[in-house]
Amino acid sequence: MIYNEEFETLPREALEALQLKRLQQVAQRVYHTVGFYRRSFDEAGVKPEDLKTLGDLKRFPFTTKQDLRDGYPFGLFAVPMSNVVRLHASSGTTGRSTVVGYTHRDIETWSELMARCFVAAGLTKNDIIHNAYGYGLFTGGLGAHYGAEKLGASVIPMSGGNTKRQIMILQDFGPTAICCTPSYALNLAEQGQAMGVDMRSLKLRVGIFGAEPWSDKMRDEIENTMDIMALNIYGLSEIMGPGVSMECTEGREGMHVFEDHFLVETINPDTGEVLPPGEKGELVFTTLTKEAFPLVRYRTRDISHMITAPCRCGRTHHRMDRVTGRSDDMLIIRGVNVFPSQIEAVLVGIQGLEPHYQLIVDRVGTLDTLEVQVEVSDALFSNADEVRVLQKIERRINKDLKDFLGITAKIKLVEPKSLQRFEGKASRVIDKRQI
Amino acid sequence: MKVEQVSVFLENKQGSLEEVTRILKEANVNIRTLSLADTTDFGILRLIVNDVDTTSRVLRDKGFRVSRTTVVAVEVPDRPGGLHSILEALARDNITVEYLYAYVEKSGENAVIIFRFDDSAAATEVLRKNSFSVLSGDKLYSF
Repeated sequence: MIYNEEFETLPREALEALQLKRLQQVAQRVYHTVGFYRRSFDEAGVKPEDLKTLGDLKRFPFTTKQDLRDGYPFGLFAVPMSNVVRLHASSGTTGRSTVVGYTHRDIETWSELMARCFVAAGLTKNDIIHNAYGYGLFTGGLGAHYGAEKLGASVIPMSGGNTKRQIMILQDFGPTAICCTPSYALNLAEQGQAMGVDMRSLKLRVGIFGAEPWSDKMRDEIENTMDIMALNIYGLSEIMGPGVSMECTEGREGMHVFEDHFLVETINPDTGEVLPPGEKGELVFTTLTKEAFPLVRYRTRDISHMITAPCRCGRTHHRMDRVTGRSDDMLIIRGVNVFPSQIEAVLVGIQGLEPHYQLIVDRVGTLDTLEVQVEVSDALFSNADEVRVLQKIERRINKDLKDFLGITAKIKLVEPKSLQRFEGKASRVIDKRQI
Repeated sequence: MKVEQVSVFLENKQGSLEEVTRILKEANVNIRTLSLADTTDFGILRLIVNDVDTTSRVLRDKGFRVSRTTVVAVEVPDRPGGLHSILEALARDNITVEYLYAYVEKSGENAVIIFRFDDSAAATEVLRKNSFSVLSGDKLYSF
């Protein structure tokens, strides 16, 4: 089934003509309303009028995460705050977080795209959707929520956590679909089984999973333990939130990017050169319709490749394959995006600590774990040889990581010689997860 | 008068204590007494040694975090109520103890209690007032 038959099945030629028209409009708009884009276009020696074909876009400069951070909080907004009806933000201390805004129409668009995702997953207004994405500054919860309402389905605004209660509601309310991170789905299944619940006999038939990388192996595991069809969804808050692309039940090989609203390019992350369709590289998105927070050539750092072959579902929108990696050091821990530099900023914000640390990421059972190993500094230890003082520091680090970054970590104080001293580029992360 | 104790931060992992004792052996340091405070992840080894400077230096050189803290050593007859008499006097004057550890002298007649106080000076005064034998660092290190 297709939610917006007209736009989702536009012949490629008409779709590309629509993309070009919208691209020209958005380039004009950002050039005249966002100081950052005026400067960056001028520096690159390009004008919005230079966009005669879609291929001309490659002459335009990229937008990076650092540009968004530099504009913290509202520097890249293209409309006055009076037209903004919603704000979302990534985790992070001041200057390390990115803030995004939405106009009324942006929320409408986002809701429609999420509704398209649900329909691509085979859902209708008769479905009950258990939404276990986190509600709040994170885009997952509200994004899926508005899409479910737009479709007319019944949505349970569950948010994350309270696993036992979630299992009770899965049994009692009988939702037919669930949205959450794939690792949380496995966690729910595991805890449900531990509570003696037969997860296969629930009314759930579809799961829409995203916000973290996962594999076909995990898909099989989820489908077997819960007896559902598990589908992959993609999105990032900078571009919109969840619903940038979605797998359909027919294809299940790559996620259709809603190309009437987003233009995708694949680049070589080292050179910035645009790669031919189908080659593996970093995905770069341009928003074609966003009003409050339009982005031109935003470097997602997600590594994937585009599938241009037609899909048997009838959608003409090209598909992107699973994200297989990142071209930066961002970690995704239980669906929360975090950069080592953000953790470092939290550590150096605590008096007596030095930025000597290492991050150990692992997956225990179904859940990601993060251990932050921090060196005991001379300043810290020479003032106190008492256990409680060191434990207090551990608790403080734990709390600050939770408060600023939304991550739960195990803190381990270590001897100075336990951590390697790096020369040049430091590799501070050991990721032991086998996804 | 001051007694200095050397504290060493240790991770809870196999061989870390052994590494410390090896370094001290090689530096010809004699340990008078010690205590080990531990949690699930780390421990703090506290040492009274015959040579505080050498001990801190050699451990630091090997990459350990070391601190020197002032403690108070009190000698009491090794018999029932010996420790209690000290704590009773301290409690009367509202002196709180952070931690303590003890050993028995070679002669077997007396025990030495090592105290860590928030305020060593105030504690020493109370102990003196109550006629307890507070040992000097020199005496303790060279027993």
